[in-house]
Amino acid sequence: MTTPMPLRIFEHQLVAYRRLWRGTVVVSFAQPVLFLLAFGVGIGALIDEDVAASRRIGDVPYLAFVAPGLLASACMVTATVESTWPVMSAIKWSRQYHGMLASPLTSTDLVHGQVLWIAFRSMITAVAVGLVLIFPDDTRSVGLFGSVLAGVLTGLAFGVPITAWTASVDRENLFFGLQRFVVTPMYLFAGAMFPISQLPRPFRAIAYVTPLYHGVELSRGFALGTIDSAAFVHVAVLSAFVVVGYLWARRTYPRRLSP
Amino acid sequence: MNVALVSRIVPVQLRESRRAHHMVERSMVVYRRGWVMIVSGFFEPLFYLLSIRVGAGKLVGDLDVGGQMVDYATFVAPALLAASAMNGAVIDSTFNVFHKLRYAKTYDAVLATPMTPGDIALGEIAWALIRGVIYATTFAVVIVVMGLADSPWIVAAVPIAVLIGFAFAGVGMAVTTYMRGWADFEFVFLATMPMFLFSGSFFPLSRYPHALRVIVQLTPLYHGVELERAAASGRFGAGSFVDAAYLLALGAVGLVVAARRIERLLRP
Amino acid sequence: MAPTTEPLIRAEKLSKRFGAFVAVDGIDFVVERGEAFGFLGPNGAGKSSTMRMIGCVSPVSAGTLRIFGLDPATDGTRIRGRLGVVPQQDSLDEELTVYENLVVYGRYFDLPRSVCRERAYELLDFVQLRDRANSRVEPLSGGMKRRLTIARSLMSEPEMLLLDEPTTGLDPQARHLVWDRLYRLKQRGVTLVLTTHYMDEAEQLCDRLVIMDNGRIVAEGSPRQLIERYITREVLELRFSEADEADAASILDLVDRAEALPDRLLLYTDDGEQTLEHVHARNVRPLSALVRRATLEDVFLRLTGRSLVE
Repeated sequence: MTTPMPLRIFEHQLVAYRRLWRGTVVVSFAQPVLFLLAFGVGIGALIDEDVAASRRIGDVPYLAFVAPGLLASACMVTATVESTWPVMSAIKWSRQYHGMLASPLTSTDLVHGQVLWIAFRSMITAVAVGLVLIFPDDTRSVGLFGSVLAGVLTGLAFGVPITAWTASVDRENLFFGLQRFVVTPMYLFAGAMFPISQLPRPFRAIAYVTPLYHGVELSRGFALGTIDSAAFVHVAVLSAFVVVGYLWARRTYPRRLSP
Repeated sequence: MNVALVSRIVPVQLRESRRAHHMVERSMVVYRRGWVMIVSGFFEPLFYLLSIRVGAGKLVGDLDVGGQMVDYATFVAPALLAASAMNGAVIDSTFNVFHKLRYAKTYDAVLATPMTPGDIALGEIAWALIRGVIYATTFAVVIVVMGLADSPWIVAAVPIAVLIGFAFAGVGMAVTTYMRGWADFEFVFLATMPMFLFSGSFFPLSRYPHALRVIVQLTPLYHGVELERAAASGRFGAGSFVDAAYLLALGAVGLVVAARRIERLLRP
Repeated sequence: MAPTTEPLIRAEKLSKRFGAFVAVDGIDFVVERGEAFGFLGPNGAGKSSTMRMIGCVSPVSAGTLRIFGLDPATDGTRIRGRLGVVPQQDSLDEELTVYENLVVYGRYFDLPRSVCRERAYELLDFVQLRDRANSRVEPLSGGMKRRLTIARSLMSEPEMLLLDEPTTGLDPQARHLVWDRLYRLKQRGVTLVLTTHYMDEAEQLCDRLVIMDNGRIVAEGSPRQLIERYITREVLELRFSEADEADAASILDLVDRAEALPDRLLLYTDDGEQTLEHVHARNVRPLSALVRRATLEDVFLRLTGRSLVE
């Protein structure tokens, strides 16, 4: 019984990661934690003093409100990073993919391997943030498991389509555009930091179609225990992004990597 | 006599650096094609400030700052300008420089000409500052357009941003010459991220316990934030001189270290 | 005003140390204006280190080095302004196009912008890259990149051109194009200083050369002189089957010098054909026999016991 091809790729990346993990874990862990401290605790202290504000976020401390949002956002960032630079590198600079394709591996295997990897890295980020959330009373709950799953799904909803896109473009400068016009606006406006009810109506509609909004809602619902049937919608939307992204990758990978 | 004085103060690495502007020229040629990226830089401050006004600003309400009630967006905006000046300078002086130093080997060819390591250090920092000026001006315009500036002194925000950029570009470049691989960049991140979050940008320093307050006041971004806040509100004080001097000194030290290190790295 | 007969480069007991490792061990040489001078030697001989010292990008560890009569330690900037450099690694600017590479490089020499633009086009024609002027550097072939580097080195119209392994890694066609261009430059009076481990390159291009090994100069002279001084005019190369190897030993007395390589036997003689007849006369039947001219490779083998290309 031989190891399935995608797992072999995953194994390879895991081994490579062993040398790098210390650096990225620090960032994947440190960034969300620091953000939580600054926004959850720092700004949170300012917000919790205001009764009207508290009501708007569901009568929970701001830390409890923003933390699950940041969990999903952190997964988005991790997935984006993992699906842009390393993929371009494997195609163009280190040309790792070409080396792999000289073996029995096919480009489909490469796609599957990358999907596994994104899920894994998103999980690490989600677990890291989740662990931090165990400490404050307001966020300690069994629902954190659900939040972690929501984080992984969010990561995939970003990572898989972006991987497909990376394989179809040639210039890395576009990554900065992705950061500036997709990732950052979502981070700011998709409901992680403040409820989207505060957005003007037309922009609220835009927020509804972003994967991050659904990831945030799902993650927050689990963490605060306010999960309801809307969860099915959130899961469906996120999954749609994953599936579409996967099919897209199945087309762009072979096209880019054909000899 | 004046020449002798300059020779003693100006370190040897920078003494023959009369050609730094060619490095700037080079960068301009490179960016002539990437102008879209520069122009789109306008959107970043717009997004951040909008999100504060529409989001956290509505939740936080007004803050008492030095006896005056300030709405949250007005409180945060100058700090964001300072932070973006820092981030821009850091990225230009670390990421880009490291790539050129280690991988593209761009500087090797440059040093075979009359250009010196001092030219390179000065030129790259100058370019980082020019980009900073463009970006800071855009940011300041957005601040004014959104009504978040209380004083015509806001125009000082741009030279202050240059000063912040100079400090961080100098230090950034010096640090970059010590890096061994892309993994080391995590340390850069670990330095700038806490500064960005905790230099009194998002909540007033008065809410910190005393010990932490002292630590923050020793970090560079805090001084940049204070200067920018002073510009936006028009209220400069004696402390502003200290802030400015701190940043100037930091940049100068970084510049000298960077030139010396580049010399040693590229002229073994 | 220095007399025109002053050598362009003068080195005495020149040394370069990296910590405990001695790359260049007290060498002496002189390069005259207008000549093509070569450093021939295997990898690790110290050629590149020497070139980097001449190019004023690496400080001298010991000894004296004067270029254009100037000391690199104090006048490095001035010297570099009069040199053209073609380094071993192209180090082209990958963020700029082919044309921009030339113009920006010219600007490093403080040449006026209009001069840079004009000269860039001239040089692109000279190295036959005009049609690639607006291309990025990355997709160019190795030969094209090398030609671009040569064009770049000429932007300042240097008195002296330093080339470190100029045709290493190029296919034969590219090599001949580069040689042709260098020859034309020599005709225009540009002094060429190059390093190489290819003996054909040294023979083709150099008026004078020094042979380096392990940081020292082991021989000096024109290619002709070196061959005449150290070895015979011709070489008879013989290959034997394993069974006949004893025969190989038996014919060694036919010549003054012989060299046994792993795969063949070299007999040094002034008349290869005649020696071959002698071999046959003794009833020795080699698998194959080849008579060829002696080359610098043979000189190097004679002087160091090793071949130029390991």
